[in-house]
Amino acid sequence: MTSPGDSGGRETWPLWEVFIRSSRGLSHVHAGSLHASDETMAVRNARDLYTRRAEGVSIWVVRASDITSSDPDAKGEFFESPQGKEYRHATYYTESEQVPHL
Amino acid sequence: MNHSNHVVSSAITPESIADSSLVAPEAVAQYALGLGDDALVLAHRLGEWITNAPELEEDVALGNIGLDLLGHARSLLTYAGTAWDKSEDDLAYFRDEPEFRSHQLFEQANGDFAATIARQLIASVYFAALYRALSESADATLAAIAAKAVKEVDYHVDHSAQWLQRLGLGTEFSRERMQAGLDSMWPFVDELFREDRFVAGLDGIAVDPQTLRPVFDAAVPRLIVEAGLEVPTVAAARGGGRSGIHAEAFGPMLAELQVLARAHPGASW
Repeated sequence: MTSPGDSGGRETWPLWEVFIRSSRGLSHVHAGSLHASDETMAVRNARDLYTRRAEGVSIWVVRASDITSSDPDAKGEFFESPQGKEYRHATYYTESEQVPHL
Repeated sequence: MNHSNHVVSSAITPESIADSSLVAPEAVAQYALGLGDDALVLAHRLGEWITNAPELEEDVALGNIGLDLLGHARSLLTYAGTAWDKSEDDLAYFRDEPEFRSHQLFEQANGDFAATIARQLIASVYFAALYRALSESADATLAAIAAKAVKEVDYHVDHSAQWLQRLGLGTEFSRERMQAGLDSMWPFVDELFREDRFVAGLDGIAVDPQTLRPVFDAAVPRLIVEAGLEVPTVAAARGGGRSGIHAEAFGPMLAELQVLARAHPGASW
């Protein structure tokens, strides 16, 4: 498994992934990444880099090395197996005339 | 249309001041000019860090703080200029060194990153106390400029305090550099809180800087000690920035700030 942003230790500060919630009721969405000495400074750097134009009301940061991601080389078995399995979608089924409230 | 009301909103801008029919009273303009110069000079010093900070992220952080300060300078100089039919650019680019009223702290050369953080901590705590008090000013425009600035400078205090702590409690080397930074900037603290002749006669409008000293003394020494550092005991510098007396480093800085506008008057893009 690989971690996003792994550059082989050339950076002096660790990499952080930034998630911004744009307004109340919405989810935090990945905005980008940045370097910071620690988590407290990462939140501040995120504020400076990603919320200058009032883009957010909340910031999450996660150390990139703490993220476990799917293997890009395993795309086939991970993401292509649902192909041809249209019955997994609700739209595959036809509406029964006798069943109300669908 | 009544122009004087809409500039009193929380989102005051230099443009809204310039577009209004406001004319600052002479004494208020003289006072605003000094405050505007403080912000302008420090903004320029922070701008010198762009491409030179320890990391790209810190480039942006210092640049952001500089831009906030430039915003304060623009509003204050625009408002001051209404008294003399001058624009913010007239005041920023076409005054000579002795006409600048900025306190000497702000023109101090950046030094290393720790020295810049020391300067910024002192400056930000001063600005936060000043603008908090000025937001109660009987002059609605000064109050609106200050109210907008408070939120920004509160963040600047936090930024400097975070770095003070990290450098002070980091390695032996970073602690030494941070202490040296504090020692190099501390002589210029006293000037910020001395009697200011431009405040005289502006009761309820301007903020007497002497009243801000307790706020500074309650905040900064504690932060320094918490960061494992020592409050400097160096002697105060002579000061005189408000009277146009500046350190040697000020001239070259001002030349860089003004050269483009003077070489190409009226240029825009």
